[in-house]
Amino acid sequence: MVGITGYGSYIPWRRIKVEEIAKVWGDDPKEMEKVVKEKTVPAKDEDSVTIAYEAAKNALKRAMIDPKEIGAVYIGSESKPYAVKPSSTIVADALGIVPKVHAADLEFACKAGSEGVFISYALVKAGLVKYALGIGADTAQGAPRDALEYTASAGGAAFIIGKENIIAEILETYSYATDTPDFWRRDGQFYPQHTGPFTGEPAYFTHIINSAKGVMEKIGMTPKDITYAVFHQPNSSFPLRVGKSLGFTKEQLEPGWIVPVVGNTYSGCSLLGLTAVLDIAKEGDIILMTSFGSGAGSDSFILKATKKLEEVRGNAPTLKEMLAKKKYVDYTTYAYLRGKILMRRED
Amino acid sequence: MFTIPRIWREKPQRYRLEASKCSKCGYVMYPPRKVCPKCGSEELTRVTLPETGKILTYTIIRTAPLGFMELSPYAVAIVEFPNGARAMMQIVDTDFDKIEIGKEVKIVFRKLFTEGESGVIMYGPKAIVVED
Amino acid sequence: MRDVAIVGIGVGKFGSLWEKSFRDLAVEASLDAIKDAGVDHIDSMYVGNFSAGTFIEQEHIAPLIADYLGYRLIPSTRVENACASGASAFRMGFIEVASGISDVVLVAGVEKMTDIKTPEAVYSLSLAADREYEGYQGITFPGLFALVAKRHMFEFGTTRKQLSAVAIKNHKNAYRNPKAQFHRLINEEDIENSPMIADPLRLYDCSPITDGAAAVVLMPLDEAKKLSNKRHPLVKVSGIGQANDTIALAQRDSLVGFAATTEAAKKAYKMSGKKIEDIDVAEVHDCFTIAEICAIEDLGFFPKGKGGEAVEAGLTEIGGKIPINPSGGLKGKGHPVGATGVAQIANIVEQLRGEAGENQVKNAKVGLAQNLGGSGATVVVTILEVV
Repeated sequence: MVGITGYGSYIPWRRIKVEEIAKVWGDDPKEMEKVVKEKTVPAKDEDSVTIAYEAAKNALKRAMIDPKEIGAVYIGSESKPYAVKPSSTIVADALGIVPKVHAADLEFACKAGSEGVFISYALVKAGLVKYALGIGADTAQGAPRDALEYTASAGGAAFIIGKENIIAEILETYSYATDTPDFWRRDGQFYPQHTGPFTGEPAYFTHIINSAKGVMEKIGMTPKDITYAVFHQPNSSFPLRVGKSLGFTKEQLEPGWIVPVVGNTYSGCSLLGLTAVLDIAKEGDIILMTSFGSGAGSDSFILKATKKLEEVRGNAPTLKEMLAKKKYVDYTTYAYLRGKILMRRED
Repeated sequence: MFTIPRIWREKPQRYRLEASKCSKCGYVMYPPRKVCPKCGSEELTRVTLPETGKILTYTIIRTAPLGFMELSPYAVAIVEFPNGARAMMQIVDTDFDKIEIGKEVKIVFRKLFTEGESGVIMYGPKAIVVED
Repeated sequence: MRDVAIVGIGVGKFGSLWEKSFRDLAVEASLDAIKDAGVDHIDSMYVGNFSAGTFIEQEHIAPLIADYLGYRLIPSTRVENACASGASAFRMGFIEVASGISDVVLVAGVEKMTDIKTPEAVYSLSLAADREYEGYQGITFPGLFALVAKRHMFEFGTTRKQLSAVAIKNHKNAYRNPKAQFHRLINEEDIENSPMIADPLRLYDCSPITDGAAAVVLMPLDEAKKLSNKRHPLVKVSGIGQANDTIALAQRDSLVGFAATTEAAKKAYKMSGKKIEDIDVAEVHDCFTIAEICAIEDLGFFPKGKGGEAVEAGLTEIGGKIPINPSGGLKGKGHPVGATGVAQIANIVEQLRGEAGENQVKNAKVGLAQNLGGSGATVVVTILEVV
């Protein structure tokens, strides 16, 4: 048996309401709220590393293992503070995991985190490490006046994979990837580029549907056998649409559907949705999670919750508890915090 | 000036809140030291500070020094831990009117300082007021 | 150990002195002191200076000043203890004369702070704190004293008005001090409307950034009596004490006072044989208004926690129970860091000589100067008396 030994989530304290953003650009707030209602905003002293750390710390609290037993750390992010210099070693050092550890940062747009979880799973399954830590964390940027400004937010989720003390067994995995340039960011650019409608059918829907179908076929399950389904959520409607087209009901989709109040946390996105489900799942529940990363690909996991999940869940805050603690900021503060205001250089 | 060797050397106390505990008199000091200031003993062991503490005093910095202007205004407090150790830390993610002497804080991991657009980032502990 | 007299003093104007260089400031004050003393040579000198390295990119300033004063081949040494550099240098000079090693020692204090921009000056000042465990947390000097003020208000109910009373009094005194940086009377409204620097301390709770220098000449008392300069009564060092404390505020035993002040005072009183009640006038280190309130408590003039009330009640005015900072203090005079400790001592000498002009305390026979460095990591207390 290989599975999740500990999981942790983290979202920043601040939020901005989408109507604040709509006001600035003269968009219709009612229309924009259908995309996302409000999203998380990181503090000036937060970045994807600090978010990854906090999520991982919460995972350790649930796993209750000695950090030194973790043999690999992978952080997936598209908003690394250093283009060259690993975030994973900072988090590994800060958590006391070093020095006997494999570490690397991953990039695959919004599915870098889930790929990190897969690699962790594979290493543990192969018996090469006792525990492995896969994290997805981002403080994604959306260009002013662009559609993505309404959705790009900050947050992260961490998963410790092991063969012992399992709280959610990984029953099956399946990945589907092709070279599909639906969204990218060239080296040195501050904001990403996206291709509007092309990001839908040929990218998001094709890869998620193929990946989800692939994993269900592989294990011989249909949506009826699955308790909860979590999909990558770049906006409020896509995950519900793709879930429905795969045959899932609203009840199966809703617990993992967090984007209306969190926004799209990119590498953290589907993983955070998974933590929201783990926050409520009961022993025996079957969970499907399919991520999506532009470029493009989808990782699918089918998991089964164990009794232990309910025992350790309370060791760290749930996403719901974090969602309840919030402070709204206006657009100016948001723009300042996200570095969109041209300040005079101090030096 | 945030020299790299210094940042690297200070990881135990900045990343993991490592402190020294005197084997003779039990005094806990942060950052770690070689000599106990209370009893002079050199027999010190390494301990980790607990995750929560209490505010002894605080202020709101409104005229920030070089390098900290982007956070201004921000709160700085002297936090006392249950084992007696004390440290100075910023208080973050808390409305200023919710900060009071005696309130409990929990320690979080944040960027302490960034050396401009191209320099190093120093990470370390800050505190958040715990509200029930 | 010989008795030591202060035979000459020189206090320069304090302020933003654009036309005066570091060397100018040091030399002018020193020449004044030497002339006032009426000596024809000096054996040795000490210079109190905090951070010429960061303010004017110059270290090794002791021989520089000796050189520009026209002295070669005499020992000259810089003493640094943050804002207590001046009095620490004075203590070294005192020891050199008291011990018999030298007969004529010049002690100067100098700081040139305005050649660099204000944020850079604030950065330099912050180096007096614990850089790694206070500075890197984003603390400033006003912040450190604000932490003390907040706790003082929490424990004793010290009020905004009481802090303001210190600044108002010191500006009033500085108004009548021709050498002071500020000649401006202020009131409560001015203070409470001034920008908040670090809650609860506002701009007018803080001493300014200042250029300035001061100097004194020390001689053995017996030799001093032989000098022909009989214009004014002779002043001797009755007692001096220094104490240091933890560098970081967080590690202090008390967050509402400065143990180093009390300990330094104890040593000074012991050496001098004087008691608290014998002190007629005192110059204390009001780098921030709260610091004066703590000083008058820590020095024993008022019980701990009652300093604010005492200032509010006028007990520390020039005609009051114990006049504090008749010169205007750091708040009114200015605070050229390395010079302050020497200037305080020179101001007390003026009082004891009866030469303090409009700020003269009647019949001042015994005076005290308290010079504090950093957030209380060094304190030097000096007691002077008329011979």
